[in-house]
Amino acid sequence: MPVITYREAVRHALAEELERDTNVVVMGEEVAQFNGAYKVTEGLLARFGPDRIVDTPISEAGFIGMGIGASMLGVRPVMELMFWSFYSVAFDQILNNAANVRYMSGGQINCPIVIRGPANGGTNVGATHSHTPENVLANHPGVKVVVPATAYDAKGLLKSAIRDNDPVFFLENTMLYGEKGEVPTEEYLIPLGKADVKRVGKDLTIVTYGRCVLHSLAAAAVLEKEHNISVEVVDLRSIRPLDIDTVLASVGKTHRVLIVEEQKPFASVGSQLAYMIQREAFDELDGPIHRLATVDAPAIYSPPVEAEQLPNPQRVIKAALAAMA
Amino acid sequence: MSKKPTANTEKKATPAAAVNDFAKAPINARLTKEGKIELHRKMVRIRRFEERSLRAYQAKKIGGFLHLYIGQEAVAVGCCSLMGANDHVITAYRDHGHAIAVGMETKPLMAELYGKSTGCSKGKGGSMHYFDPSRNFWGGHGIVGGQIPLGVGLAYGVKYKGLKGAAMAFMGDGAVNQGAVHEAYNLASLWNLPVVFVIENNGYSMGTSQARSSAGALAQRAAGYDMEWGQCNGHDVYEVRAMMDVFLTRARETNRPSTVEIDTYRYRGHSVADPDNTYRSKQEIEEYRRTKDPIQVFQERLLAEGVLDESLIEKIDNEARTEAELTAEFAEASPFPTPDDIQKDVYWESDHPAERKSEGRLFFD
Ligand SMILES: Cc1ncc(C[n+]2csc(CCOP(=O)(O)OP(=O)(O)O)c2C)c(N)n1
Ligand SMILES: [Mg+2]
Repeated sequence: MPVITYREAVRHALAEELERDTNVVVMGEEVAQFNGAYKVTEGLLARFGPDRIVDTPISEAGFIGMGIGASMLGVRPVMELMFWSFYSVAFDQILNNAANVRYMSGGQINCPIVIRGPANGGTNVGATHSHTPENVLANHPGVKVVVPATAYDAKGLLKSAIRDNDPVFFLENTMLYGEKGEVPTEEYLIPLGKADVKRVGKDLTIVTYGRCVLHSLAAAAVLEKEHNISVEVVDLRSIRPLDIDTVLASVGKTHRVLIVEEQKPFASVGSQLAYMIQREAFDELDGPIHRLATVDAPAIYSPPVEAEQLPNPQRVIKAALAAMA
Repeated sequence: MSKKPTANTEKKATPAAAVNDFAKAPINARLTKEGKIELHRKMVRIRRFEERSLRAYQAKKIGGFLHLYIGQEAVAVGCCSLMGANDHVITAYRDHGHAIAVGMETKPLMAELYGKSTGCSKGKGGSMHYFDPSRNFWGGHGIVGGQIPLGVGLAYGVKYKGLKGAAMAFMGDGAVNQGAVHEAYNLASLWNLPVVFVIENNGYSMGTSQARSSAGALAQRAAGYDMEWGQCNGHDVYEVRAMMDVFLTRARETNRPSTVEIDTYRYRGHSVADPDNTYRSKQEIEEYRRTKDPIQVFQERLLAEGVLDESLIEKIDNEARTEAELTAEFAEASPFPTPDDIQKDVYWESDHPAERKSEGRLFFD
């Protein structure tokens, strides 16, 4: 199977869907001539032309609102946010318009739009550029939220997202764009809302998603070797819809849970998970649910310290040992 | 009226403005007798519908806000009367007039105000959120200025699909100060999108006059985005049509966007909750009613033209009153949605379970 980068996987998904459906258009700042701020869209302009691959001005509320309006008419825009952090200036369009028009119209309208881009810390760009808004987004009924960790998942999930008739927010990660993985040449789709057990284990369930999947897998290897702890790593892949059943099945097996997330702790995705796990698997738990999140402060710039603010393999190991104590 | 100290009195010369008698503008000269009566009837139907909704509100049948359009009817009716198959409309929360102007049935409109399941949005949107995509009417939006980028998107969709049409994106004089509106202007002009931004200038944003909210003129801001702009009186439906025809035609033919400012006035408070005694005088309202009421102005015009006579005027008015009354009866007799309906119409996928492709939980408790 070919080994490609996460970046290429996203690009291939875009290209295949652009090829398949002429209603699909890709828009965003620097996506066309500049080949993408992170080169995700490299080559698409040359292949699909300026009507399909469109450079926008720096005008997130304007162009995302425009995409939402066009989606009401059946265009399927895939809008790139250079950083998901910039969602704040388009918040009204994303979460009042895309999320609500279906409901407020009594189901007469749907918005098949995808908004995608990186949402992560770890690149020393400070507090304004390091937001991870998946919890904020998923708080809004009407939207779907996807956070892929691997090249394989990114491709299969993005293709499903583009075909989805509801607004889908797709959160990538600049730290993962260069990560490689096996991706088949033949077409495949991964349904939204389906978690993936990335490592099978029996002593502790780590529920995680996004880049923290990689940290958790690295930690799990060490925990196995040095501490004789067998860790199961459940990658949610999709935050909303949420595959809680796969999580509960794992908890039923291991009876101990650690949630690992690149989120500020207050009302995070992990908060929701912890509520659901205790509510639906209380009797399965041999101890309290543990959580490892980002240290609760705006993203620090200082490069060596930022690595300690975010979850990392060392912090995961420590948290896992605490969860097993 | 003291509402426009900065208003630019010299209008940009447009073919419409060049015609003094707007009845002679080509778009109006082409009107049949029945077409003229229909314009009048629509305005009367809007007026009577809203008066009836006000009584229902006072009788506590309606919750939340109720922003009446009374006094502004010629704007929506004039603009929407020009719509072709590929023309689209989007507006803000003062949306009853536009909904009726695009042809929505009034019973579901009243039922929506009553929060009934027979409402146009099944009781899920309320007064501020009317929608009817089958009539190219895309809301009904509660956030001031937030609908304007969507309007640009409608224009983008029309153009992308290779259709010949235009979107009209309506907003108030207060909305022009929202950033999203300016972003929308820039995109529309930059990308040659067939949208006409319509500023319904009723002189006030809630209790704040134009002079206290906006620096400089309103429509003229379009010039900064290299867009054509125009300004006209909104109490004469002929004038509204004459000007809008020019701008809509330009949008459809050349994809060039534009901004038009239509001067109008609302007789009622900002919403029915506004006692309307802090920011304008009763005389100002009376003066407008007496000299510029859009229904009165057009009625006199059509009387003079011999299109209407007293008995027809009365007949139309009676029919509109009866229609309004029937909408209230319909709304009253209709059922409320049930708590089971709360989670319907949230996701396309959960509403189409047989076609659902995603897995996992979409709803939480
Ligand atoms: C973003 C936002 N801010 C404030 C409000 C509250 N609000 C609703 S309507 C309104 C006045 C708007 O005036 P204008 O744009 O002139 O429209 P009009 O009501 O005159 O039709 C205000 C302040 C809102 N709905 N949305
Ligand atoms: Mg106003």
